[in-house]
Amino acid sequence: MKIKWVLLAILSAIVNVLSGCERLAVLDPKGPQAQTQANVIWLSIAIMAVIVIIVCAFLVYVLAKYRDSKLPKDYEPPYIEGNHVVESIIVGVPILIVIFFSIVSVISNNKVEATPEEYKGQDPLVIYASTSDWKWHFSYPENDIETVNYLYIPTNRPLEFKLYSFGPITSFWVPQLGGQKYAMSNMVTTLHLAADEAGEMMGRNANFSGKGFAENMFPVEAMSQVKFDDWVKEVKATAKPITAEKFNELLKPGHVGQLTFTGTHLGFSPAPEGENAGHHHGSSNSDANSKGDHMEHDHE
Amino acid sequence: MGFFTRFLIPNPSPVIYTSMVAIGVTILLIVFGLTHFKKWFYLWSGWLTTVDHKRIGIMYLIAALLMLFRGGVDAVMMRAQLAVPDNKLLDSQHYNEIFSTHGVVMILFMAMPYIMALMNFVVPLQIGARDVAFPRLNAISFWLFFMGAMLFNISFVIGGSPDAGWSSYFPLAGNEFSPHVGTNYYMIAIQIAGIGTLMTGINFLTTILKMRAPGMTFMRLPMFTWSSLVTSVIIIFAFPVLTVALIMGTMDRLFATKFFTITDGGMDMLWANLFWVWGHPEVYILILPAFGLFSEIIPTFSRRNLYGYRSMVASMVFISIYSFFVWTHHFFTMGQAAYVNSIFSITTMVIAIPTGIKIFNWLLTMWRGRIRFTVPMLYSIGFIPLFTIGGVTGVMLAMSAADYQYHNTMFLVAHFHNVIIPGVVFAVLGAATYYWPKMFGFMLNERLGKWAFWFLTIGFCLAFFPMYITGLDGQARRIYTYSESTGFGPWNMVTFIGTVLMAISFFLIVYTVYYSIRHAPKDVGQDPWDARSLEWATHNPVPEYNFAIIPQVNSREAFWDAKYKGVELFKGDYEKIHMPNNSGSPFIMSCIFFVFGFALIFSIWFLAIIGLIGIFTCMALRSFEIDHGHYISVEEIKETEAKYGGVNK
Repeated sequence: MKIKWVLLAILSAIVNVLSGCERLAVLDPKGPQAQTQANVIWLSIAIMAVIVIIVCAFLVYVLAKYRDSKLPKDYEPPYIEGNHVVESIIVGVPILIVIFFSIVSVISNNKVEATPEEYKGQDPLVIYASTSDWKWHFSYPENDIETVNYLYIPTNRPLEFKLYSFGPITSFWVPQLGGQKYAMSNMVTTLHLAADEAGEMMGRNANFSGKGFAENMFPVEAMSQVKFDDWVKEVKATAKPITAEKFNELLKPGHVGQLTFTGTHLGFSPAPEGENAGHHHGSSNSDANSKGDHMEHDHE
Repeated sequence: MGFFTRFLIPNPSPVIYTSMVAIGVTILLIVFGLTHFKKWFYLWSGWLTTVDHKRIGIMYLIAALLMLFRGGVDAVMMRAQLAVPDNKLLDSQHYNEIFSTHGVVMILFMAMPYIMALMNFVVPLQIGARDVAFPRLNAISFWLFFMGAMLFNISFVIGGSPDAGWSSYFPLAGNEFSPHVGTNYYMIAIQIAGIGTLMTGINFLTTILKMRAPGMTFMRLPMFTWSSLVTSVIIIFAFPVLTVALIMGTMDRLFATKFFTITDGGMDMLWANLFWVWGHPEVYILILPAFGLFSEIIPTFSRRNLYGYRSMVASMVFISIYSFFVWTHHFFTMGQAAYVNSIFSITTMVIAIPTGIKIFNWLLTMWRGRIRFTVPMLYSIGFIPLFTIGGVTGVMLAMSAADYQYHNTMFLVAHFHNVIIPGVVFAVLGAATYYWPKMFGFMLNERLGKWAFWFLTIGFCLAFFPMYITGLDGQARRIYTYSESTGFGPWNMVTFIGTVLMAISFFLIVYTVYYSIRHAPKDVGQDPWDARSLEWATHNPVPEYNFAIIPQVNSREAFWDAKYKGVELFKGDYEKIHMPNNSGSPFIMSCIFFVFGFALIFSIWFLAIIGLIGIFTCMALRSFEIDHGHYISVEEIKETEAKYGGVNK
């Protein structure tokens, strides 16, 4: 009996904390994709809480009513095979819930896998986000600049992230902008995001990638298009160009601070895109070249 | 690398040196103890060579409990490291090794053998059989599992543990990024244990299909036997996938093949697919027998028959088939199209329907019952709300758009612990208490058992519920440290406190066993819980041949009917009983497997070849061996039965 109340108290505490605590990153969205996901999460929490409460309430009722010590001495429980009406309910209701969630899921999947509706028709800003142990390389081909371990983005413009990795599988995740997606070595995955308001956010690699994984993070700053353009101009005026040599240096395992370059590594070390991406059957293209370098890394 | 340097630990620490000493001292103590008390012969003839399913079950139980402590110590260390921000207790490498081994040990070397322990002990008794279909194969299964587990565990002190997570994703697990032998241990130790599991699946499928007592039709099978049957089928379909994946991974690591590499056509996604094609059914291999156990315990302590027997069976069969259609939800974020995610999102959610049916059937079994709050029943009652919470968060995770936010976070970690601990761990702890008198002939102390239950349950809630919150706040799983500015600190401290409470509960369980050995009454009768199924029709502890006379089954609850409706269960007279002979070969062959595995891990080729020859020699010797078993004479049966007070008629 006691356990039920303890559990109910804990459950309601969780619901309270979740609803009262606006600051939880995932539930504090700064973009349309994260907003969609937050809506799905809230909806599922609400419906699921009802299910949990029904189960717990029924359990408490049964335990209170049919405990040995409360029953008359001569009470002998009946033999009950089952009941079609009851069983139809316990099958039917979950089916209805699953159908409802299926519809929600299909709609939301298509939403997060496409350019956000609010920004349809606008040209997305394409950013290549690649990882090497344990760094993030952000290439802006449109602006012809590249950063390491930090990300500046313009607000109110769709963003199209092209994700891939120079090593183990990693996962690009900025909770307040939207859910994560894997970056892998032999293919490029695409993640559509957008930021509605300016501000600083946390971004990280969410998939375990070895020793330096915990520190594999990057700050994200969303700013107006004007400020973003100013920043690009400033980078072009002050930063040095990225060279193949410098880039290969960066690919080696280890931590570096935040770096800024003009130009991108896509020129000499392109992303594994295209139909046959990832299937380098010994052919000698420029891509295989950079991988070859990578193979020789003295990995500690 | 030189011959000897590869055996060194890549990142030695005081913890590891202490463990080395502890392991050495323990081995010395065991050897000394066995010699001092002259128990070597007893150990050999009574246990190492046994083919008795009950003794094998007990050995599985002991191994599982040992591994529970090994995995538990890992858990406490992890949570201690994360208890405060910027903690320096463990370094990154050490933490990575600990969470990798924690996962493998808990799933494959704790939960699996614990389930196997109960299957081995209970299933033949429940179906009125005298042993499993292939007793010697059963011994081989156990010893292969045991050697695999031991091989995995020595990685802690020789050569270094696996550090690529329990899912061991390539290319991280490849030579390029995991150059030390840790992942070799993973590949080969799990392979050896996995062969044992596969054979257990075949063994129990055959046993349940062929060795049921007369009259026990499929619709009269006890629910735990049903769950074991379904589980055996899943094992037979799922484990070969693991075998193949591990062989490919081993080849990549030892022979530089390119199945999962970055270059030369390797596909890292292939590993993820193969791993989860096995890995998702694997969670049902664990949970279905646990469901079976709850279906035994809840009716017993509600003094009622199981509600909705047919829907229980149907839902298990449905889950077993469906478990193979959901694996992609483990990598919704791997970049497949929205429609692929949608399909697997729906298939995953559908599993909630049969699971929901089972939850309500248990509730309805208690309804109008007469509920006794014994320790096994407390675990079953605690299971229902906690598992429901774990289940609904599973449905939340199944919605792939939202999963993009949960994936690889503490939310996920909270979810799967929320199903595995109340689901599997509560089931096996409850069932161990329930079957304890049948196994050992005395009851475990109820009061201490209840204390352990409460510590475990409260500790569990404190340990795992905060993870849902930190997960939604952006705490990724497998990070060994975080900064104070993240705000995860207080929640992780609560988690650590919960972990400590859980650790206390496990020590309480051990103390319960110790206390009960000393103080519990030794004569509890054959049916101390007033239970319902056939295993309770045997003596306590169960004699070698289980049933002196094979029972005649006329209903779903034959033993209950025999007790309360006067139906005769044991008809006819004693006849001589045929039993299999003990054999040393399973143990010896598994020891050679251990050496073979060790040689492969360290690429000591001459030893590997000798090991391989040894294994085949054992098989060849077996094929020439003539062993028809032995008979237990009627006089001997009479003598034993007289000692126990005769067959319960």
